[in-house]
Amino acid sequence: MSEISSLPLPFLILSFITILSALYVVTSKNPVHSVLALILTFFSISAHYILLNAQFLAIVNLMVYAGAIMVLFLFVLMLLNLSKESEPIKSNLWGIAASIAAGMVLITLTAAFQKSGIAVMPAPSEGIGLVKNLGRVLMTEYLVPFELSGILFISAMVGAVLLGKRDKNSEELVDLNNKNNA
Amino acid sequence: MNPIILILGLPLLGFLINGVLGSKLPKSVVGAIGTASVLGAFIIAILNWNIISQPENNSIHLDLFTFLQIDQLSLKVAFQLDRLSIWMTLIITGIGTLIHLYSISYMKEDDGFYKFFAYLNFFIFNMLLLVLGSNFLMMFFGWEGVGLCSYLLIGFWYKNEDYGKAARKAFIMNRIGDLGLLLGMFLIISQFGSLDYSVVFPQIATGNTSTSMLTAISLLLFVGATGKSAQIPLFTWLPDAMAGPTPVSALIHAATMVTAGIYLTVRCQVLFALSPLTNEIILWVGLGTAVMAALIGLKQNDIKKVLAYSTVSQLGFMFVALGTGAYSTALFHVTTHAFFKALLFLGAGSVIHGMHHEQDIRHMGGLKSKMPLTHLTFLIGTLAISGFPLLSGFFSKDEILTAVFLHNKVAYVLLAGSALLTTIYMFRLYFLTFHGQYRNHHHAFDKVHESPMNMTLPLMVLALLSIVGGALNLPTYVTHSDGFLLSWLKPLFIIPQSIHEINHNTEYVLIGIAVLIFVSGFLIARNIFVSKATVPAENSTGLGGILQNKFYVDEFYNKVFVRPLEITSSVLHDLIDGLILRAFTFGIFPMLKLVGRLNKKVQNGNIEMYLLYMVIAIVLLLGVNLIFA
Amino acid sequence: MLNVFHNLEISHYIYLSTVLFSIGLFGVLFRRNAIVLLMCIELMLNSVNLLLAAFTEYMGDANANGQMFVFFIMVVAAAEAAVGLAILVMVYRNTRKTDVSFLDQLKD
Repeated sequence: MSEISSLPLPFLILSFITILSALYVVTSKNPVHSVLALILTFFSISAHYILLNAQFLAIVNLMVYAGAIMVLFLFVLMLLNLSKESEPIKSNLWGIAASIAAGMVLITLTAAFQKSGIAVMPAPSEGIGLVKNLGRVLMTEYLVPFELSGILFISAMVGAVLLGKRDKNSEELVDLNNKNNA
Repeated sequence: MNPIILILGLPLLGFLINGVLGSKLPKSVVGAIGTASVLGAFIIAILNWNIISQPENNSIHLDLFTFLQIDQLSLKVAFQLDRLSIWMTLIITGIGTLIHLYSISYMKEDDGFYKFFAYLNFFIFNMLLLVLGSNFLMMFFGWEGVGLCSYLLIGFWYKNEDYGKAARKAFIMNRIGDLGLLLGMFLIISQFGSLDYSVVFPQIATGNTSTSMLTAISLLLFVGATGKSAQIPLFTWLPDAMAGPTPVSALIHAATMVTAGIYLTVRCQVLFALSPLTNEIILWVGLGTAVMAALIGLKQNDIKKVLAYSTVSQLGFMFVALGTGAYSTALFHVTTHAFFKALLFLGAGSVIHGMHHEQDIRHMGGLKSKMPLTHLTFLIGTLAISGFPLLSGFFSKDEILTAVFLHNKVAYVLLAGSALLTTIYMFRLYFLTFHGQYRNHHHAFDKVHESPMNMTLPLMVLALLSIVGGALNLPTYVTHSDGFLLSWLKPLFIIPQSIHEINHNTEYVLIGIAVLIFVSGFLIARNIFVSKATVPAENSTGLGGILQNKFYVDEFYNKVFVRPLEITSSVLHDLIDGLILRAFTFGIFPMLKLVGRLNKKVQNGNIEMYLLYMVIAIVLLLGVNLIFA
Repeated sequence: MLNVFHNLEISHYIYLSTVLFSIGLFGVLFRRNAIVLLMCIELMLNSVNLLLAAFTEYMGDANANGQMFVFFIMVVAAAEAAVGLAILVMVYRNTRKTDVSFLDQLKD
């Protein structure tokens, strides 16, 4: 493994930004801040994609994740009015336990990858990640999964709408529950 | 209609009617059905005698269905009525009829009257199954069936715990023998691939089977025979089996079931004829049994026990005959023994009936005047078994003695001694019961009564048979040709029964010895029990004590087999069952409760905890994979 | 094209992805707000996406199978986010909470 200093600067900077913003996502007490940090993470990952010669993926990542999904998250947060720091803090014990567990996963995964051979990335081959190539593969070899994912989207949409719809009965039930609790 | 269906079906029908409806029917009807069904079977067997006796067509077959088909092995439910089985059938149904008739009066006051007749009919059915089956499987069914009936009937008065124990003892002893029979059958299957007589016996007769295999098979079959026919070492159940009602003792434990072992041997004559070692073993086992049981019989005081040991001893005689290869002689003795021993048992039953269930001969005496018919018939029975010249027992026993004389002189001497003992203990029994002073203080002499007609009629018929039964196989010196039974069985034997030519002078000497044995036995018994009017003491000492206690065989078996088994069982009970299994069974509930409580802690519905478990599991899986991969 | 791959090894992407994944996992374990949990899951998914893209490049696969997988993961992630958020909204409507610690009604 080569020295960190010998690595290309763009990679180092991007990785730095990615990890920092990811850490902020999990540590920030304000969910809105988390969302914003996550968007930053996604941007940096998109930059990584470009470095990895996956230009179309980078664009899609920006549009779908950073754009659509994260906006959805933000939207829900605003809707539920959770922007304030309302989250109950967990005990330190939980923090330690979670750190240890995550650290263990990190260590085991790293150990697992260490067993695999170390190889230098080859020179980038042109055009793999362009929309032209990806579109062709998607529409030939991956046609069936592509259509299936369409069905998945529709069912997810229907499910989301169904879940989000205000149900009269459940509303009354909630009112009743609230009264009882009060 | 095939006669076999009727012969088998009538007793079965009687059993079903009496068993199912018996409790609702009056006793007279139950008794009539029970007797008539057996009589019907007897008559049908008689009617078919002519067909069987045709030389060209000497058996009737009945193939019902295939019981089991495993690859090449096919076990059929099939029957055959040939010369041997019709002979046995006539004995079984003939004597069975008389004993059923007798039982109507004997069991009159019993609450289980219908049950008794149902069992008896079922026994007859099983016994016929045993002798009519045309393969070993059918015979085994009958074999087990008669064992079951024997168990049920010995323990008929099951409220008496000792009787129940006697029944269990008989059953277990028989099971030991049955195991031998079963193993023998397995060997036959593995060797010949069939259990049919018509397949197995010709194969054996070709002589292609190794002698060791034949010896093994025949020895195993003989083990089965020792169980059923009460030979050393499995004979102790028969005297205890006297716990059953007297007609049962007469029918099952004297005339029919106990001769199943002899039937088996005669049936497998070709097998035994080719295994000389087995024959030698049979000879000496039979001889040992004959002598031992006769010695024990000298000192028994229960009228039925004496007869029981006499039966064991006579069965020993039959096995001696089988051991010398004199198969027709053994069957002859089976027949005459069935006559006179059934007669003696029924006579004893009549005495017991007249004495209001007194069985101890020390408390009898002088019954001659009170029970003239019983006395007369019992005397005939005693004379027959003792070998009084020209009575049935004289001929059959003489034939056995002659066969043994030609085979082995030592065995002859021992067997002659046993015959002497037979005469002595039988006359001891006779004198103590019917002569001398009446010795019972519980019942007045006046109350002793002769038995009703129902009971004396069978006695008279059997007495007649005991007298003339010898005619069935008269010796050569009388008729100057082969005896009837010998020539009757001749077509049956694939390997001809060896007949020893005997010098006529020798023969006359042997007859003289036989008569001498009878006379001396009679005189000894008369001297002791009539002239000196000795009454057996309560407890004998010395040799007499040993005999009275039956050589302590039961005690020996108790020490060697029963006690260790009991100890093992109690150890298993206390240790395995009490500690380990108990802990398991009764520990499961609290264990489940504990596990449930622990599980409740883990499955607390907290999603974060679940996530943590998941992560830990992933780490563990990967870690294990890393370490061991 | 920038010569960004100078001295770069596949293992660097692996480590980066692993770190991102672990951070996401830590968030899932540590946070109680269900929405943040969902975001952490998205983070973990993205770390895997990154790795897939890296391996596509490393393998020089002309069909870009890895990138295809990234697409489908994105599809599933988008669907999951939509449904998950809808469920959360409903839970919130019923309990006025988005704290996963309180979602333990299954216990009884």
